[in-house]
Amino acid sequence: MAEPASLKVSVWRGGEDGAFQRYEVPARTNQTVLDVVTHIQRELDPSLAYRFACRVGMCGSCAMTVNGRARWTCRTHVKRVVDADGALELRPLANLPVIRDLAADLSPFFDKWQRARGTFLPKQSPDGAVPEDFAVVPPASKARREADAGIECIGCAVCYASCDVVAWNADYLGPAAMNRAWTLVNDVRDGARGERLDAVAGDAGCHSCHSTQSCTERCPKNLDPSSAIAGLKRVLFWDTLLGRR
Amino acid sequence: MKSNPGVHLWVVQRVTAMLLGIAVVVHLVTIVTAVRGGLSAREILERTQGNEAWLLFYVVFALAAGLHGAIGLRNIAAETIGLRGRGADLAWLAAGLLTAGFGIRAAIGLYA
Ligand code: SF4
Ligand code: SF4
Ligand code: FES
Repeated sequence: MAEPASLKVSVWRGGEDGAFQRYEVPARTNQTVLDVVTHIQRELDPSLAYRFACRVGMCGSCAMTVNGRARWTCRTHVKRVVDADGALELRPLANLPVIRDLAADLSPFFDKWQRARGTFLPKQSPDGAVPEDFAVVPPASKARREADAGIECIGCAVCYASCDVVAWNADYLGPAAMNRAWTLVNDVRDGARGERLDAVAGDAGCHSCHSTQSCTERCPKNLDPSSAIAGLKRVLFWDTLLGRR
Repeated sequence: MKSNPGVHLWVVQRVTAMLLGIAVVVHLVTIVTAVRGGLSAREILERTQGNEAWLLFYVVFALAAGLHGAIGLRNIAAETIGLRGRGADLAWLAAGLLTAGFGIRAAIGLYA
């Protein structure tokens, strides 16, 4: 692909009712989208608000809408998302309130992790004391493998911003919170299985998921929240049908 | 257990989906077999009148279809026009049972 000499970047400025502002940024090799935003903030317009921390894909704070699609910007190379015309459009993450410019307010996202009971509750010591012995969890067991599959979530909210059901139903817990719940449902050391399944059941939970897999498709860590949610549905189906809950 | 209509309606919808999967096949096979060599009102009534198994099948079929359809419409209405809540759920349930009722009435008509 031909490399453009400069990038024509449209950046969202202001709150929900803001507008795009255009900047011209020199194109460089191996430039990431976060590099472009940083260039604008350092060289062109210090008032630009955005969020990042680690710059290596670990903290989950740099996600934005890049040319219409949610991405982690520190690990997204410009050449992967820009055509020869050099046009780049940056917005804050969708499905979340806008604080200012490229910074979205992630509170609803993390509140839902709480609502989905995303905290580990040790079975052996519900009072929070350190258990007497180590729990043995065979690495090859099915539950352990299910839990492992979802554990590397960095909380970037890319999946949440990509989910249509979140857009349609403000109460919907969303993929990341339920992916987290599913890792804990499969954690044999956890003692809050029943409450957690109650918390993720119903219209605001797994039963509203359409299994369209945008979350899975877009998760930068290649996790599969869609399958995690299907797992929750499966467990709840049998538990409800057989009167176990 | 917390009361959460979404879960139970979802379970009902999945179970009715499975029933419908089987019932639709039986229904279509019956139609194709029945139509062979022409179809007359007398022939149909001979097969259906006093046939308990036939009646039971169509009662279950009608119930599954009515409930499955109504729950599906409930979900669509919730997501597109934000129609939610207990009142709406009861209305959808009533609509589902009413639809099933029409089907059952027709089946009874052919049975009696
Ligand atoms: S699979 Fe479910 S959670 Fe994931 S994007 Fe689709 S509706 Fe949302
Ligand atoms: S599941 Fe993936 S996309 Fe969603 S918050 Fe976690 S890392 Fe980000
Ligand atoms: S800045 Fe930490 S993940 Fe991008």
